[in-house]
Amino acid sequence: MAFASDILKGRRKSPFYRAAVKTVKTVAAIAVTMLGLLFVTFFIGRVMPIDPVLSIVGERASQEMRDAAYVALGLDKPLIVQFFYYIADIVQGDFGKSLRTGFPVADDIKRVFPATMELATLGTIIGVSIGVPLGVLAAVKRGSWIDQVARVVALIGYSMPVFWIGLIALMVLYGKLGWVGGPGRLDIFYEDIIPSVTGMILIDSALAGDWTIFRNAISHIILPAGLLGYYSLAYISRMTRSFMLEQLNSEYIITARVKGMSEAAVIWKHAFGNIKVQLITVIALSYAGLLEGSVLTEIIFAWPGIGSYITTSLLSADMNAVMGGTVVVGLVFVLLNIFSDLLYKFFDPRAK
Amino acid sequence: MNQFRSFTLGAAIALAAGVTTLPAVAETPANMLVIANRIDDITTLDPAQSFEFAGSDVNRNIYSKLVGFDPADLTGGYIPALADSWTVSEDGMTITFTMREGVTFESGNAVTAKDAEYSLRRAVMLNKTPSFILTQFGFTADNVGETIVADGNTLSITTDQRYATSFVLNCLTSTIGSIVDSKVVMEHEVDGDMGNEWLRTNTAGSGAYTLGSWKPNESVTLVSNPDFFRGAPAMERVVVRNIQESSTQRLLLERGDIDVARNLNPEDVAGITGADGIAVDSELRGRLMYISMNQKSEILSNPKVVEALKYLIDYEGMQDSFLNGQYTVHQAFLPRTYLGEIADKPFSLNLAKAKELLAEAGYADGFEIGIVVREAQERIEIAQSIQNTFGQAGITVNITVGTGKQILGVYRAREHDIYVGAWGPDYPDPNTNAGTFAFNPVNTDEAGATGLLAWRNAWDIPAMSEATLAAVVENDRDTRAAMYEALQREHQQTSPFAVMFQKIEQTGRGANVQGLSLGGAITAVSYWTVTK
Repeated sequence: MAFASDILKGRRKSPFYRAAVKTVKTVAAIAVTMLGLLFVTFFIGRVMPIDPVLSIVGERASQEMRDAAYVALGLDKPLIVQFFYYIADIVQGDFGKSLRTGFPVADDIKRVFPATMELATLGTIIGVSIGVPLGVLAAVKRGSWIDQVARVVALIGYSMPVFWIGLIALMVLYGKLGWVGGPGRLDIFYEDIIPSVTGMILIDSALAGDWTIFRNAISHIILPAGLLGYYSLAYISRMTRSFMLEQLNSEYIITARVKGMSEAAVIWKHAFGNIKVQLITVIALSYAGLLEGSVLTEIIFAWPGIGSYITTSLLSADMNAVMGGTVVVGLVFVLLNIFSDLLYKFFDPRAK
Repeated sequence: MNQFRSFTLGAAIALAAGVTTLPAVAETPANMLVIANRIDDITTLDPAQSFEFAGSDVNRNIYSKLVGFDPADLTGGYIPALADSWTVSEDGMTITFTMREGVTFESGNAVTAKDAEYSLRRAVMLNKTPSFILTQFGFTADNVGETIVADGNTLSITTDQRYATSFVLNCLTSTIGSIVDSKVVMEHEVDGDMGNEWLRTNTAGSGAYTLGSWKPNESVTLVSNPDFFRGAPAMERVVVRNIQESSTQRLLLERGDIDVARNLNPEDVAGITGADGIAVDSELRGRLMYISMNQKSEILSNPKVVEALKYLIDYEGMQDSFLNGQYTVHQAFLPRTYLGEIADKPFSLNLAKAKELLAEAGYADGFEIGIVVREAQERIEIAQSIQNTFGQAGITVNITVGTGKQILGVYRAREHDIYVGAWGPDYPDPNTNAGTFAFNPVNTDEAGATGLLAWRNAWDIPAMSEATLAAVVENDRDTRAAMYEALQREHQQTSPFAVMFQKIEQTGRGANVQGLSLGGAITAVSYWTVTK
């Protein structure tokens, strides 16, 4: 018996076994999270006082047509049965058909999500590349004019409504000056020219080597991405500043300075090195927020992304589309979470 | 701090480079028409099922019908389209169409009487929402074999009784009268759906355009059909982009990136009026705004009260304030430009007169009443304006706002007091509105005629229902128009409906764009007449 328990102990300690357990646990966590998400969305969707039948057959349809549509949607079955049917379909990758567009929801999402992804990624790159240095600078020069400017910039970002800044920016930079492209992802005569590989026009046009279209796409995306970037910059710079202040006030920084280290090494190697992990969480959260799709930005810039897709679907009681969209957004959150967990290990020596 | 400086500088340069290497002001190509519109209501392109505005706009340009309207002369009535001519039998029940020769579908197949037979039978048999436009003539899935019959180059349709020929032909101009390519559609049939699923996203027509692409919520692209029987359209590509925001549409128009902006709000219309190279058009559309008073209510069934309330609505005030540029005062159940239209406006806000009528009715001190309204901005504002003016006569109004499902449920169940509603005609014949505002043969709850507005308001009108039916079978066009005029004048005075407004659509367009017709109150947009 002692022998067997030794084997068990040994196996428990083997890295392969631990990795397997970890993977199973992660997958189970994702599954449970997604199930909970679906459950809540499904029941909220069903108790909302909007009528999918009405949006299919219209206000004038006869009672028979309404009844037929009601049965065809499976609404005559008990709620819990409907839910299980839905889960069974989703497990097979079938999100059902969008009532509003008539296309499978999976196809719709394949079309709208890359648009949001492209916008959110560029927005986050802008937010991080300006927000992080700005936050560090504000902390280092605490109380100086730079700190004040950074504070005002962030405050404006926090408090100005996005549609207002978006419209003003459009009016000035596109309407008056013509420096950037207008609403939409491309000029209309450039549409449907390059083959869609990833659905992200910047990448697709680069793959196709069509730099005219690439430049045109840049001119269209720069303003909405800049806007989203500004909002995430506001958040990221404030968080970076407070993380940095905490470190800069620590005793080890004084020690480092007393040892005669260069100021750059003190700031970047010691202080910044220690806030990386926290910063990753902040950036991942902000990125996930943008990936949900920013409804107002999408509407103002006529950007066919997932935010306006879910919203318009919700307004017309297209629950298949809403649920499909919610699942994708939920998955993004969970995956980003896992990804940032992995990054912790990379940056935090203790986690190794 | 050199690191910061070089970093931020680098970022700034990268941004500036992206921005400044752009081309200057754009202009749409000469053979391309670019339109901004809200097109998120398209659910299907199948003409036997499509019943929404944006869908009708697409269908009118892709499919031809037996008869159609001339976009340049919409009040002139129907003209020959795929049918060259037609004759009506002695008993008035059978119309025989002779097909136009030499017209082809986008597939290259010839348009034949057989295709027409298939298309109309299909619309009846599929029995989708708009099918009533055809089945009201007595066509059923069981009898189409005998009632809709092709013979050589002719197609005969036989109705269940005599109807005004103008009534039947007007109905055949609507989307559901579209002629589809029977061979192509049948090739794509799945499980006996007569190609319904395939035609949702594909087209098989013989119109001025074919479908280039449809990306839901994003854009619709049409490509011209050089063999169109009325001549090749000047605009070889038409792109309709889904742009929700009025101010966004305005910016695009001002920059010359689009030719036409269809959803400008009054502020933006005012902003571009008089601008260089931009013109603004106003076109009457079919939608009406009305309030209706449930005759089950003891107070509202008093004719004096109904009359008084019609004098307690600030028609002009609403038109000139929050409805400015979107609705115009109109007080009859037929939208203007329909056969039999009248422009009489007998009612205006008149507090003294209303109080007098209320006193005669025994309600000198007013009463309390409810208004139900759907959660649409303009309708809520109308309800609030009415609440205010009713209040001046001592009437306390309780407004209930709800979703479409809730409010429609109350309305269909006849449980409202006063309903603020909108009504759009379904097909371009006066019966579309007469048959609902002025027709209610059986007023009992059991009749359940939820589709009839007169029934929803429990308005019992056996005599007027007869008059409405009589107008449907009158063959002389002028006599028929006169019948509708008389019907509306009586309706204005006696009905529990106060029709208040008719929709106007204001369109901003590049001054170089000529010949665009949105279709007025009776049909949809046509692109084949546009030149630049």
